[in-house]
Amino acid sequence: MKVLVAVKRVIDANVKVRVKTDGSGVETANVKMAMNPFCEIAVEEAVRMKEAGVATEIVAVSCGGASCAETLRTALAMGADRGIHVQTDLALQPLGVAKLLKAVIEKEQPKLVITGKQAIDDDSNQTGQMVAGLLGWAQGTFASKLTVEGEQLRAKREVDGGLETVLLKLPAVVTTDLRLNEPRYASLPNIMKAKKKPIEALTPDALGVDPTPRLTVLKVIEPPKRKSGTKVKTVAELVEKLRNEAKVI
Amino acid sequence: MAAPTIPLIAPRDLDFVLYELLEVERLLERRRFADHSRETFEATIATARRIAEARFRPHNRANDENEPRWDGRSVAIIPEVKAALDAFSEAGFMAAQADFDQGGMQLPVTVAQAAFGLFTAANIGTAAYAFLTIAAGNLLEAFGSNDQKRVYLPPMRAGHWFGTMALTEPQAGSSLAEIRTMAKPAADGSYHLRGSKIFISGGDHELSENIIHMVLARIDGAPPGVRGISLFLVPKFLPKTDGTPGRRNGVALAGLIHKMGYRGTTSTMLNFGETEPCIGTLIGEPHQGLACMFHMMNEARIGVGLGAAVLGYAGYLYSLDYARTRAQGRRPGAKGIDAPPVRLIAHADVRRMLIAQKAYVEGGLALCLMAARLVDDEKTHPDEAERRRAALLLEVLTPVVKAWPSQYGLAANDLAIQILGGYGYTRDHPVEQYFRDNRLNPIHEGTNGIQALDLLGRKVRMAEGAAFRALTEAIEKDLGAAGSAAPSDETVVEIALALGDALAATRSVTARLVDAMDKDTDRGLANASLYLDMMGKLVVGWLWLRQASLAAKALAAGSSETEFYEGKRQTALWFARYELPQTSLQASLLTGGETAAYDMRDAWF
Repeated sequence: MKVLVAVKRVIDANVKVRVKTDGSGVETANVKMAMNPFCEIAVEEAVRMKEAGVATEIVAVSCGGASCAETLRTALAMGADRGIHVQTDLALQPLGVAKLLKAVIEKEQPKLVITGKQAIDDDSNQTGQMVAGLLGWAQGTFASKLTVEGEQLRAKREVDGGLETVLLKLPAVVTTDLRLNEPRYASLPNIMKAKKKPIEALTPDALGVDPTPRLTVLKVIEPPKRKSGTKVKTVAELVEKLRNEAKVI
Repeated sequence: MAAPTIPLIAPRDLDFVLYELLEVERLLERRRFADHSRETFEATIATARRIAEARFRPHNRANDENEPRWDGRSVAIIPEVKAALDAFSEAGFMAAQADFDQGGMQLPVTVAQAAFGLFTAANIGTAAYAFLTIAAGNLLEAFGSNDQKRVYLPPMRAGHWFGTMALTEPQAGSSLAEIRTMAKPAADGSYHLRGSKIFISGGDHELSENIIHMVLARIDGAPPGVRGISLFLVPKFLPKTDGTPGRRNGVALAGLIHKMGYRGTTSTMLNFGETEPCIGTLIGEPHQGLACMFHMMNEARIGVGLGAAVLGYAGYLYSLDYARTRAQGRRPGAKGIDAPPVRLIAHADVRRMLIAQKAYVEGGLALCLMAARLVDDEKTHPDEAERRRAALLLEVLTPVVKAWPSQYGLAANDLAIQILGGYGYTRDHPVEQYFRDNRLNPIHEGTNGIQALDLLGRKVRMAEGAAFRALTEAIEKDLGAAGSAAPSDETVVEIALALGDALAATRSVTARLVDAMDKDTDRGLANASLYLDMMGKLVVGWLWLRQASLAAKALAAGSSETEFYEGKRQTALWFARYELPQTSLQASLLTGGETAAYDMRDAWF
């Protein structure tokens, strides 16, 4: 079974994100970047499927500027077999990425597509669902356990009320939740092996897709600073404040 | 997802040192590194950073609060230590610089040391087990027999077996000539060892399947003093013919030592052959033990310097973050209590303490990684003359690389505590632990006093002063380059002038001291520590000049990273104005053969 994994390059989770002074976005120049943690979980799950003899080939795909190749290389060092880099300098949004992925999927014909449930930069939580929608495939989102059973996939999903188990007909799209697995580190020997694995470069034009953003960002601002607290003297004062200031009761 | 945290070593600075200052990409032209690329170097550092942040840093305080305990049978260590070291080994870091055919990654020493620095910055107590194992492995690789290497090296490179360095004895610390542990030849070519060792880090634990001690001892009938010391390999468990650990060897834990810092690492008293026979095998030739040990010691001393620099670095970044967030007081001259308090960093005295730390820790990091780069040149430069030059530079620089960061990294930790004030003195913040952990570094692997004697008594005089000349010529070359750079940068010129003065002073002082030692060695060496400090200022000043030159060049070329490069240039200027001029007072004391301390008598204290 061929598995396709989508990976996104984002600001490293350990970096304090700063808003650009003109409010047009966040500062990414000279900021440490890394693979989106949910995408790491996606890669890890595919590698485990291959180690278990379920998956035969893992193709990692990333869409974006030249530096996305580094993120693909990380996926290869974790155990993916080859990479596909859809090169574009456009500021991609979920719908554009979903269309690009759909084109790559139609070309590659994987039986399973795994993506992160969301990326830690924009927290959209849309791409996986859109890919499934565009392809007309089954989808299992927020997965915390996956088991392939012949032509079906059993996915345990983390939903508001608890856990839900769904049975999906393959091919399918799965998005990963935190508890699915703990991703491995790219070991030094595997970093060396990854160097020799191929990364194919494609363009939106070659795929016949127009990923131009459909949404316009008006302004990006810092979240408001937390105000310092005050001590109340009596329960009555607390109730008064909750009712009239906070307006929560 | 983890909340944003303070980095272990500033990523941009580490990249600057590796790729701009030390040009590690030029190593890719060499055959040994042909399979590498900047990408593999970056991926290595990225993996090191992740494991250090996720597996090493979280239990740094727990290591300090839960010293290893011994119940008379086994040593208990908190489980996080083994988990961290397993992750380290599984990712291949035990063999990072070993050859591909040994399962290593054949990384340049410079990159491997930079990666290791991240683990040390995160948790020196846990990282030390790996440090010792890598060093013992290197020693075995250099001098071990084929049989020894076949049996011991693979499990050490894989991190299944750990290593130690067993030199010190209760009566033989700085003076290894007093070593008394004896080795009696056995019929099968092995030796039976008897004696006691003390302060053996990693000497016992349950973290690995086996522990391989590198032990200094005397063969029966050996000449006295350092010329009669041999090196032995002593396993905790004797390997069976299939290579797995077999029966217990006669090396016994006599007790654990309780330390000021570095508490995660067991420090042990070991008895050899006390009740059971202790079987060891000779490494290298008889009576050549110290020579073998010193081969390894040069790289180990770079490791000590780097450990001191990165602990200083961790404290610097912590106090910087604190100074940027903590609001306290108003600027002198500001009227009234109505104005909101300013951040600590707005106070001149806090910025003074921050820039001093920045100068010490970034200077120390650059110094240690430059030394690692020289090890790469010594081993892999295609030109024989360049290999020799690198070896000479390393000889004269090693005492500085060990001593300067261990003194000034500690000074940086002291300033970090000061910036946090009362909070810095509490165990709620990590800076007091950094200080206690770092306090070992001026002591072990040859005290700083020993380094001073080594520098002045041996290194500057060796090969008729060739090593010292190699150093002064290298500094002179960069002074020339800084002076003729176009466009000329006012700050760089000022730094170059200050460094030129320090260089001239060091040259004349050195000639004077060599004469003085010829007349009276003891008196001539009386101010060796002062000389070592002066040399440290010269060498680190040189590294700051090179960093300032690169920064000025980048700024003139219109780099978008103005803040990073301005910070570099300004810190270099601080070093040139506050640190380098001190060499002038030091030079006058040294030239005059100052004896105020030397003449003091025992009874006068």
